[in-house]
Amino acid sequence: MSDLKQDILKIYPSATFEEGETLTVNVPEADWFKFASDLKDKLQFDLLTAVVGMDWNESLGVVYYLTSTPRNWEIMTVKVVAAGDRDNAYIHSVSSLWKVANFQEREVYDMLGIKFVGHPDMRRFFLRNDWVGHPLRKDYDASPELNPIRLEEEKNEDDTRSWSLDKDGNLVCTPGKIFAEDDYVVNIGPQHPSTHGVMRFRAAVDGETVKKVEIVSGYIHRGIEKLTEGLTYPQILHFTDRMDYMSAHQNRHCLCMCIEKALGIEVPERAVVIRTMMDELMRISSHLLAFGCTAMDMGATTAFFYGFREREMVLDIFDKTCGARMSMNYNVIGGVIADLHPDFVKDVKELIRILPGALKEYHKVFSGNIIAMNRLKGVGILPKSDAINYAITGPSGRGSNWSCDCRKKHPYAAYDRVEFDEVLETGCDSYSRYMVRMKEIEQSVRILEQLVDKIPEGDIRAQVPKIIKLPKGNWYAQVEASRGTFGVYIESVGEKTPYRVHFQSPCFNLVGVMDLCCRGHMIADLISIGAALDFVIPDIDR
Amino acid sequence: MGLDHIKSMKREDFKNNEYIDKLVEELNATGANVVVGKFDELINWGISNSLWPLCFGTSCCAIEFMSLGAARYDMARFGFEVARNSPRQADYVMVQGTIVHRMAPVMRRLYEQLAEPRYVIACGGCAVSGGPFKKSYCVVPGVEEILPVDVYIPGCPPRPEAMFYGLMQLQRKIKVQKFFGGVNRKEKIDEFFAEHPEEKGQIG
Repeated sequence: MSDLKQDILKIYPSATFEEGETLTVNVPEADWFKFASDLKDKLQFDLLTAVVGMDWNESLGVVYYLTSTPRNWEIMTVKVVAAGDRDNAYIHSVSSLWKVANFQEREVYDMLGIKFVGHPDMRRFFLRNDWVGHPLRKDYDASPELNPIRLEEEKNEDDTRSWSLDKDGNLVCTPGKIFAEDDYVVNIGPQHPSTHGVMRFRAAVDGETVKKVEIVSGYIHRGIEKLTEGLTYPQILHFTDRMDYMSAHQNRHCLCMCIEKALGIEVPERAVVIRTMMDELMRISSHLLAFGCTAMDMGATTAFFYGFREREMVLDIFDKTCGARMSMNYNVIGGVIADLHPDFVKDVKELIRILPGALKEYHKVFSGNIIAMNRLKGVGILPKSDAINYAITGPSGRGSNWSCDCRKKHPYAAYDRVEFDEVLETGCDSYSRYMVRMKEIEQSVRILEQLVDKIPEGDIRAQVPKIIKLPKGNWYAQVEASRGTFGVYIESVGEKTPYRVHFQSPCFNLVGVMDLCCRGHMIADLISIGAALDFVIPDIDR
Repeated sequence: MGLDHIKSMKREDFKNNEYIDKLVEELNATGANVVVGKFDELINWGISNSLWPLCFGTSCCAIEFMSLGAARYDMARFGFEVARNSPRQADYVMVQGTIVHRMAPVMRRLYEQLAEPRYVIACGGCAVSGGPFKKSYCVVPGVEEILPVDVYIPGCPPRPEAMFYGLMQLQRKIKVQKFFGGVNRKEKIDEFFAEHPEEKGQIG
């Protein structure tokens, strides 16, 4: 930690530090861009982990979480207070340094109304373009008269805005266009069977070749982050199950971990192991679904049935222990809500026995199929440098040969005690991403094998206070969800309810590379690239 | 055996038969003769046993709907298996998931593209009432705000068995309908849209 402090003082002598969970640097807006480029170039902070827009009542601002992969995945925090008054708050954009900031900053603009100077396309991201107000502001007026349910069609927005500062420091708007005048634009979604949910793409095509893909998101934006501000900590847990419903256990694990960290609660050993096993079962279920859907998107409907056959076995295990097939609501603050079902060990062992054979069958049915290979190999190239720059974690990042497994980099739960390999593929294409998922099922089975006979006896839940109040401060926790690194940011002012909760979802970043991956490919490949990236839309929109 | 008899499940196995009796009563009272003719019976038999859904899932419920299509639950047993991607080929839309403000006009348009006779099932807590997100600034509190709903299936998400129960209730509802000469259903839909016009830009 102190090394990093020294290094930061070298590149930015007037840095002011703040005590906290990670090293926190306060930077005035005027110095931010220069500091950010130095952090990236000189201190090798190559990964922008999270961008959290904040409304501290007296000022607006952004909290950035940065990770340096060469410095052993060290995390640091930068707090930037926006310049200008509330109506014209602005911060310099860092989307030219970290491409992932492109959509992140658009989200912050949408939710808090902070304009990012130098951002190429400062439009809303989740809400209708005729929306009034910025919901995450503390003084947001939520009266339904301002924003009624509008049933008239939303106009396509073709104009972009880019803000810059003139000599006197005033904001100047430069209009632009998304597509060129003579582009032929094809609309895909929001209601489309192969977009994995309600995602909308607008693709400019030349013949059948994709020239540009524009993402229109927000068709399932439920405003979870705002809702959490009015609820107590135990009440907000259930939202995590409904964001990425295929990573329900991991997401909830992450939120519980973040709260436990803030409260200093030690989770009983039995609960730690149960959580780890449930996370891996969830990963298996998610990857089986991903296999089925990838196959189905390419027309191989039979393979879908194979994937679902084994997935039902996992769902049965959840059903018996958690009481539900989906949205299990199993993790609670301090442990898990109920003890394991007596059949749990037997069922898991049966799954472990079945899966290796089933995987062979999948490979026979689909992976080696000439059509699948032609559709996936060499399609949707994402080089490793881009994967880092766009913060593509999870199986998709590892398909680009980027070692980014949070279970290895920041071990949590029981992952430091079990042996497993981080699956890496060097193809950087859709097929690599697909193969990483298939091989990760094997690794998950390996983890389950090591734990299934060693579930310790004891409590399933630690003693927690009846009324949970987090001390003043902010915390960030990460887990490896099925689709990448999932992060939770909590800021508390010592109340029963959180001041701000931010969910850093992996799929949000995944959809950011659609444009990059699809350019130059056929329009039909857009579907297979999306299938191999395997995003879940409610996780993007939250 | 009433008119609402379907092959898959006995009348006494349904938990709430009152509503369907009430429906028949209402139809009789408004002059629609429910002792339907042979043609009606034939049409109802056909429609209720080949209900084609429109794939319309926004979140978790859609995954359970996929389980419904897979081997264990196999909705093909009831004639629901031909899931269509175009509303023009579908009989009903099963709203699976939250409908938010941005989605509302799209949802309404999809419904309008469905060919008559068309039905709506609100599946899951979010579609029924807004569910856990009811208080949010941009969630439609129940799809009934924008569409006339025929069957509600509660749950978060509903189990596949619950979805089947709801689908069979829709089958029973179709069985007591009258197509030739009777326009009561159409009238009800027109009434709904008169109450929820688009120009107002606001519901309720």
